[in-house]
Amino acid sequence: MTTAVTTEKHPYDPYLRVDRMPHIWCAGCGVGPAVGCFIKAIERSGVNPDRIALISGIGCAGRAAGYVRLDSFHTTHGRALPFATGLKLGNPELNVVIFSGDGDLAAIGGNHLIHAARRNIDMTVICINNFNYGMTGGQLGPTTPLEARSSTSPYGNFDPPFNLPHLVAACGATYVSRWTVIHLRQLERSIAEAMVKPGFSFIEVLAPCPTVYGRMNKLGQGTDELHTYQSRCVVQNGADPKDAEIGLSGTIIVGKFVDTERPTFWDHCMKVFKKAQKK
Amino acid sequence: MADDAILEGEFFMNGDEACAEGAIAAGCRFFAGYPITPATEVAERMSRRLPQVGGVYIQMEDELASMNAVLGASWAGVKAMTSTSGPGFSLMMENLGLGAMLETPCVLVNIQRAGPSTGLPTLVGQGDMMQARWGTHGLYELISLVPSSPQEIYDLSVTAFNLSERYRVPVLIMSDEVVGHMSEKVVMRRVPPEDIVERRRPTKPPGEYWPYEPDDDLVPPMAIAGQGYRFHVTGLTHDERGYPVMTAEAQDVLARRLVDKIRVNRSDIIMLEEVDTEDADVIVCAYGITSRVARRAVRQARDGGIRAGLVKMITVWPFPEDRIRELASQARAFVVPEINYGQVVLEVERCAAGKARAVLVPHMGGGVHRPETVLDAIRGAVL
Repeated sequence: MTTAVTTEKHPYDPYLRVDRMPHIWCAGCGVGPAVGCFIKAIERSGVNPDRIALISGIGCAGRAAGYVRLDSFHTTHGRALPFATGLKLGNPELNVVIFSGDGDLAAIGGNHLIHAARRNIDMTVICINNFNYGMTGGQLGPTTPLEARSSTSPYGNFDPPFNLPHLVAACGATYVSRWTVIHLRQLERSIAEAMVKPGFSFIEVLAPCPTVYGRMNKLGQGTDELHTYQSRCVVQNGADPKDAEIGLSGTIIVGKFVDTERPTFWDHCMKVFKKAQKK
Repeated sequence: MADDAILEGEFFMNGDEACAEGAIAAGCRFFAGYPITPATEVAERMSRRLPQVGGVYIQMEDELASMNAVLGASWAGVKAMTSTSGPGFSLMMENLGLGAMLETPCVLVNIQRAGPSTGLPTLVGQGDMMQARWGTHGLYELISLVPSSPQEIYDLSVTAFNLSERYRVPVLIMSDEVVGHMSEKVVMRRVPPEDIVERRRPTKPPGEYWPYEPDDDLVPPMAIAGQGYRFHVTGLTHDERGYPVMTAEAQDVLARRLVDKIRVNRSDIIMLEEVDTEDADVIVCAYGITSRVARRAVRQARDGGIRAGLVKMITVWPFPEDRIRELASQARAFVVPEINYGQVVLEVERCAAGKARAVLVPHMGGGVHRPETVLDAIRGAVL
């Protein structure tokens, strides 16, 4: 006979609002493992948690800000990035991390995403991509693959998706990677790297959504979707992000695509403002 | 910090520029905005002046982003402002609501033009007065100030920041194109530290502090990011800990406090100026540029033997309803000229409650009233 293993403490407790558990995420959802990687990445990065500000928009992934015990801001739909921009410019000593979903960051917040990347604001964006709007019941989003089913593409999607790494790289992001929630070690390392790297870092995290996207596309349980990732993903560090499109089937390229240097917004800012103060 | 760059003395400048200078005098050190006529000169002035005083100016990609960046900067502990007009004001509504919900001190300047939609970009309107009260969805109260001259917009910029810090609320400066673009003498001063209000900081240590546990005046002390409090704030309905609670009971407690913190403190917030109201039969209620036209009409009416008075509003929201109620039992009528088709007049009528008539003198925008038009309405009101 087996007995349940229970423990009073979880190693992540110091980083969680344990008084808010249980969380709202579904069984098999990929947001939880990504939050776990973020927490481990905080430790790996050596950044003082008191100096981290976590900003989320709206949606399933957007709930992360509520559960992680940091200074955390659950803002409006799509607006995490401009809120974070103000926070970072108000106090450049803060380590600013945005944790939100693909619909939030790339559809309603798409304009803010391209401009934050263009400015190269020193922040880390963790973008959970579950290929649909989970919170509202599985509508198509800006990342839904062509032909995929969703509650608003009942005959199959005819609305071409973004290739997010390609988008943000083209806009000037200095760190771009993509992993899935089966690539736990790579994801943790990637988040930690991004957090200490100056400039705009973007990490796309492919995450199962068995409750809606998975069900509507007959992907099985959360674990089945993980197996799918396992068979479809190919790690290609340094791959050209334009080749990293995701279809309904076929290879998914994951890895670190961009890791480059460019002056941040604040670098430019200080140079010019010093000149202004002499006048 | 280059605080010696704060201007003192007499200057000749327009209302938009005076607004920027007032904000800097009040301690504003962050501005995020998007160019829009007729508010552009506020942003231009800020882009030149903020770097000189150690502040940050950023031009955002749109007004949604501008309003959010202002909220973010405020949570970093910096006094922050944006300015806009017409269409931009509409775009800011979404996150003005977030500012109300997160109880974030900040200042939003609206140099009103005529609308709806693109309307008359370069010409005056006062059609956003109800939008200032009700424009973002849900239950809340904000503070709106209505300057009538470059000097007053300078002074009220300081007041706006003080009120926003005091009550943890976004404060709107509801100016108009004429005030924004007219140039007059503006006397600037270095505001002494005792006249600058700073938000109340937490008295409890991290671990015991909750971001929405209010003091007796219903305003909670405010922590800022990066100081170890590890607080959570959300646009969802929340409890005193800042945690989301999806119940009617939590909504009741929160919505009441968001509204009541302004309502119960309204005597401390509301400012108005009265001219010759003691014995007045007819009282003109006016604000912004229209109050200057009204002042002349009231003087002409007095010269013509009519007992006329003026209530020049400085605060429109919260509405000065206690005073209007009192005056309603004395005067026969209120005359309300405004550059719209009837907005603030509705509040005057509500408070007059049938005891005195409320007469609208509308102007659809693109210009200001002629004093004679207001004078005719005063004459008509005492017939």
